[in-house]
Amino acid sequence: MTDIPQIVGRLLQALLPLLLALACGALLLLLLERDPVSFYATIIERGLLSRLGLQESLTRSAPLLLLAAGLIVAFRAGLWNLGVDGQFLLAAVITAALAPGLAATLPPWLALPLAMLAAFAVAALWAALPAFLKARYGVNEIITTLMMTFLGISLANLLIKLPFNDPATTSPQTLTLATADRLPRLLGSTVHLGLVIALLALLLVHWAMTRTALGLRLRILGANPLTARHVGLPVTGLTFLAFGLSAGLAGLAGAVEILGVWGTVRADWNPAYGMLVIPLVFLARFHGGAVIFFVFVFAVLSIGGETAARRADLPNYFLLVLVALILVFLALTEWLSARPLMRKRG
Amino acid sequence: MESLLTTPFLTALLAGSLAAGLPLLLAGLGEQMSEKAGVLNIGLEGMMLLGAYCGFLGAWSSGSLWLGFLCGMLGGLALALPMMLLCVWLGLNQIVVGIALTLSAEGLTALLHHVQFSQSYPRLPRVDTLPLPLLSEIPVLGTALFDRHPLVYLAILAVPLLAWLYRSSLLGLNLQAAGDRPAALDAAGISVIATRSLAVLFTGAMAGLGGAYLATVGAGLFVPFMTSGAGFIAIVLAMLGRGRPLWVLLGALLFGLCLSLTTALQVAGLRVPTDLVQMLPFAAVMLLLLFFGRRAALPAALTRPYRRGER
Repeated sequence: MTDIPQIVGRLLQALLPLLLALACGALLLLLLERDPVSFYATIIERGLLSRLGLQESLTRSAPLLLLAAGLIVAFRAGLWNLGVDGQFLLAAVITAALAPGLAATLPPWLALPLAMLAAFAVAALWAALPAFLKARYGVNEIITTLMMTFLGISLANLLIKLPFNDPATTSPQTLTLATADRLPRLLGSTVHLGLVIALLALLLVHWAMTRTALGLRLRILGANPLTARHVGLPVTGLTFLAFGLSAGLAGLAGAVEILGVWGTVRADWNPAYGMLVIPLVFLARFHGGAVIFFVFVFAVLSIGGETAARRADLPNYFLLVLVALILVFLALTEWLSARPLMRKRG
Repeated sequence: MESLLTTPFLTALLAGSLAAGLPLLLAGLGEQMSEKAGVLNIGLEGMMLLGAYCGFLGAWSSGSLWLGFLCGMLGGLALALPMMLLCVWLGLNQIVVGIALTLSAEGLTALLHHVQFSQSYPRLPRVDTLPLPLLSEIPVLGTALFDRHPLVYLAILAVPLLAWLYRSSLLGLNLQAAGDRPAALDAAGISVIATRSLAVLFTGAMAGLGGAYLATVGAGLFVPFMTSGAGFIAIVLAMLGRGRPLWVLLGALLFGLCLSLTTALQVAGLRVPTDLVQMLPFAAVMLLLLFFGRRAALPAALTRPYRRGER
């Protein structure tokens, strides 16, 4: 298990694409006549080494980890839930709408979990239609979840602008949850409890998918649906369960982001974290521990990158290029490391 | 309500649905060929966006719209090349690469636009239309449908052409086989890799052209992230089209109709929330699926890279 060459190989496999992507990014920066060394130094310094930056990176990790946990459930069960952004956003709006009222009437230890539960339920419900269509008619879930995302984003905006609109503000947004009523901070830092919830959820999902009977059933469904049916697994029920859990966790991500950071949702707010987390989960090969590493690296890049881009007078979008490059190189190194294996087999 | 059926309203509605639907049609037709050949191209959004950027830049710097279209197609192709290399030749995961390509196109175009123009958005001059003789003189329909840019007619002509290609030509059958049973195509002595490569490149060019149309004829300017999900809608259209170009055309027009309904309703003096109108096409399709349980039949080997001898 723990022989050193293997660990070194793994580490190289994880770091090589990162370095290659950074090198390509540096080339691009040089073409744009910016100093790549100071750019990257700013990312590390601002996203990882400074006290405040590190806290921001950890805070940013919380919703990403929950989204990743949800995606692991779906992907391992062979269901392509590409609709996490809609589930995330809709749950965030419901949380923002309910939380101020709950916090005013109930003690916080009851109000916050209730809001999160509502977010989980709403998101899971939102995924019930794709789950039904998949289980009953075999309709491809990539189409249906993508469509439900577009529907979800529009519905979320509609809800913000009409029933949940805070009349006291000029631009449409929901009521704001008072800072005192939000998720508690950890040990005097700015990181909120959501990070702990997210880590626990991710580890729990990883354990459940790899070590329990339910996880095995879901993985059989993912490996071969026909086999799953032939060995007598309740395919319909498992499909609903996997979709519900996956979407529910995405909803929880939305709830944590609202209860921990923003306190309100503005119209047209859509961070679209899902599209960034999906490839990370793939490249971690649905492994919980690897996901934590990738998500943290991404969070550092995105927090540090904001400052670095501002200092270099570049738009924030430079980061998207960097992430895309990392993905391509990661996929390439995966391919390279898989090749000797295939040759041996062939 | 009688004000709804006035000439300006109907003209705005029809013209708007065609204008909004055309980029979707072009990209959707492209995506359809990829899907037929077994490659799910999630990078379509990025290809449209890069096409929009290159198309705008080409038209803006050369002054010729057609050069702009060409640049747009080249832009789409430039992003389809890595897709072909990584997904078809090397067999990497299509969803990961597709998302990566979309992200890189979003980042690159926004970055380059910022470096070139900072915060300004230069506009192209208004585009001349080509009124078809006689047809364009029909009231309402004429101005809405037959007084458009020539590319619109070409795009609509492509629909029967592609339908013929898929149904009656050897290439069409090869494409179908590459998606349904690649091993059979291979056994028949035709390269699966080459067939799929061709399909992916075609997709890139069509998506780029769709993006270029959006930026030049449609908006007349380039704004970062301007495709705003059109690529994903086109993917949905191609999947729902079940391999038939005519269905993509109908779907694109339906989506275009819903997208332009808000503007048309404002012409008629009615205020309906944009968000509500934008939900209509998706809601309609979901309901259709729910009640008719129609299988969106997809090629058997979709998203599976082909390796000879692998079962």
